[in-house]
Amino acid sequence: MWGRPNLYTSYRAETSIFPTWTQRVLVVLLVAVAVLLPFNLPIINQIPFVRFLGDGDWIRITTQAVVFAIAALGLNLLTGVAGQVSLGHAFFLGTGAYASVYLGGSPGSSTWGHELPMWIWLPGAGITAALIGILISPVAVRLRGLYLAIVTVGLVFIGIHLSRLFPEISGPAEVGRDFQGLEFRWWKEAEPAISFDDNGRWLWFDIGGNQKTYLFTLVLLIMFVLIAKNLVRSRTGRALQAIRDRDVAAEVMGVPEFKYKLIAFAISSFFAGIAGALFASFVGRLPPESWDLVLSVEFIAILLIGGVGTVAGTLMGTFFVVLLPRFVEEFAVWMGDQAAGDSLWASFWDIFVATGGDDRGIVSTQQLAPGFPLPFNALDAVLYGVLVIVFLLFEPLGLYGIWVKIRNYWKGWPFTY
Amino acid sequence: MIEATLVQAGIFISQTPPDAASGASALDRFVTYVARGLAQGSIYALIALGFVLVFKATQTVNFAQGAIALIGAYLVSLVLIDWEVPGRWLGGNRYVVWFSAIITAAIIAALLGLLIERLVIRPMIGEPLFSIAVITLGLEAILRTIGFDAVSINNRNLGIPWGATGFEIGGAFIYWTWVFCLAAVAFAFAGVYLFFRTRTGIAMRAVAFDQEAAMAQGINVGRVFAIAWGASAALALLAAVCASMTPFGGGTVTAGTVTLAFRALPAVILGGLDSIQGALIGGLAIGLAEVLAGAYLGKYTPTLGVGFQLIVPYAVMLLVLLVRPYGLFGTPEIRRV
Repeated sequence: MWGRPNLYTSYRAETSIFPTWTQRVLVVLLVAVAVLLPFNLPIINQIPFVRFLGDGDWIRITTQAVVFAIAALGLNLLTGVAGQVSLGHAFFLGTGAYASVYLGGSPGSSTWGHELPMWIWLPGAGITAALIGILISPVAVRLRGLYLAIVTVGLVFIGIHLSRLFPEISGPAEVGRDFQGLEFRWWKEAEPAISFDDNGRWLWFDIGGNQKTYLFTLVLLIMFVLIAKNLVRSRTGRALQAIRDRDVAAEVMGVPEFKYKLIAFAISSFFAGIAGALFASFVGRLPPESWDLVLSVEFIAILLIGGVGTVAGTLMGTFFVVLLPRFVEEFAVWMGDQAAGDSLWASFWDIFVATGGDDRGIVSTQQLAPGFPLPFNALDAVLYGVLVIVFLLFEPLGLYGIWVKIRNYWKGWPFTY
Repeated sequence: MIEATLVQAGIFISQTPPDAASGASALDRFVTYVARGLAQGSIYALIALGFVLVFKATQTVNFAQGAIALIGAYLVSLVLIDWEVPGRWLGGNRYVVWFSAIITAAIIAALLGLLIERLVIRPMIGEPLFSIAVITLGLEAILRTIGFDAVSINNRNLGIPWGATGFEIGGAFIYWTWVFCLAAVAFAFAGVYLFFRTRTGIAMRAVAFDQEAAMAQGINVGRVFAIAWGASAALALLAAVCASMTPFGGGTVTAGTVTLAFRALPAVILGGLDSIQGALIGGLAIGLAEVLAGAYLGKYTPTLGVGFQLIVPYAVMLLVLLVRPYGLFGTPEIRRV
């Protein structure tokens, strides 16, 4: 039905993942750009403001965003679709990371590890996290609203304590241990069948390790996006939404609350476990303290900035939140460059930026500069708090809401509605 | 990361206090531990009271309470040491100077609370409670960063007038700071108890009971929100001052203050989110559990892990929630379709 996007002629059409042609074309374009991003191709270079994401050290941050997107999709299923606010997502990421290193890491003098291949440790991480999620759900299912949020805060603290209790798995406190590399082996052979870590040659192309890691995580992300999209339109997804909208009413309609909340916890933890294992393996070494409340709050912020309950919004939010610190840093450095000299332009920027010494300003270009002016890594934390508040106050649907407004404007153009 | 700052902050309670090793009898040691536990618990009770006030008025949890406490402690040191604001005119008695500085700083903190409420909470009336809770999380990120930056520049001292002195009852050694903490909590709870009998306090109880009905009766709900936020900010400051001097009267503001609120959460849950006496009993119980576990299970540290006593509150919280999902004194929510 060309030109009438809201007209569905069959149930199948209505529940399809990408119902309109515009969406299909956009998704194909987006995937194509994402796949070609790390390569220095003329096609990608033509698109302004995109190519740099796949270049140099930016690709590490882009990869981190891709990995975080998997975890954010999991939290979106629990918080956005099923309405259970969890501040314990970092705990499940940590569970996944340590399950994976127990299965796949190399044993040392004081650390455990079984050096199993990736096709065991990656699903293993997800399944362990899901089992832990099921284990805590008898407590969690009984709690509603803010009580649940507070209890999951406790989970994060208990998790950090437990990981310090077992230095054989998590490595010494504040230091951590080396995680397994992203390498595909059939079994424990010396040379990996496919390595996603080091430079090499795929088909006819020379390809760097960072680019390989990116492509691998991207494939996984696409898989998880499809899983999430599919789940929401299934019977389970509808049950979860019914529980979110009114749990008593859902139960009256015959939706078993306990069962579906348990499923939501398990699936969300599974996503988080996979993402945690990937993230740990990608970073290489993480202290047990990195799975803390700040990380959990970051995921909640991702959901809210992106748009609660929507997959597209979750992806936008992840990229926004993960890339923000780096943008702030670049902006601070740029301001520092502008402030050099004596011209009017330079003195204007000098108001905002402090380049060291007694120079006054809002942000300092030094990373380790306690006190005021704020170092830029403190500024990005402040900015991210401000953004969460601003989005909630003025655009509760987040970036997705902004997108919907733009879309609706062009849908009716040149008419106002 | 948070735990690391705790270690630096010295908030990690050492396994054996200096007095316990000096050959006091088991009973004397127990009395000392109980006193210290109650002092620790009174910090939690103060934070919990702030939580409960905000929850009763606005039906939401203020996750920024710990960050406000940190800012409050910084304010105290600013007012007391840097500005010497009431002190420079009062002179003389250091107790008078100290208490007047605390009151001045508490007024500033309350104004900060009012400002926060006005700017970001008031426009959210009628929005989902979860959104308001997340706004306070965003607030926490801002205030925590600024607070860390403010206290990390040099050691902010609060100049506790009684320092690390104390007195002995029988063989048990009690620090003056513990007495101060208990006095502070008694003062705060008596204040709230009396406040709930005033006209404004009754208005707040009405708002807690039913916001819309209260509004229909002509109660200014916005003003009730403002009072709750202002009071909870002042309480957070008081808790931070107590925390800086517990356990042994150090009196230095540290970045670890920010985690106080998260460690007080079990106290709030234990007592019930909307119960004033629950905040008092829950706070004291959690503090006692933490200190007693640290003291008497200390020999199992290799099995339980360093700092296990900080996890005890969360374990207690989970156990209580298994039995009573709304805490010991909380009102069960009536669920209707």
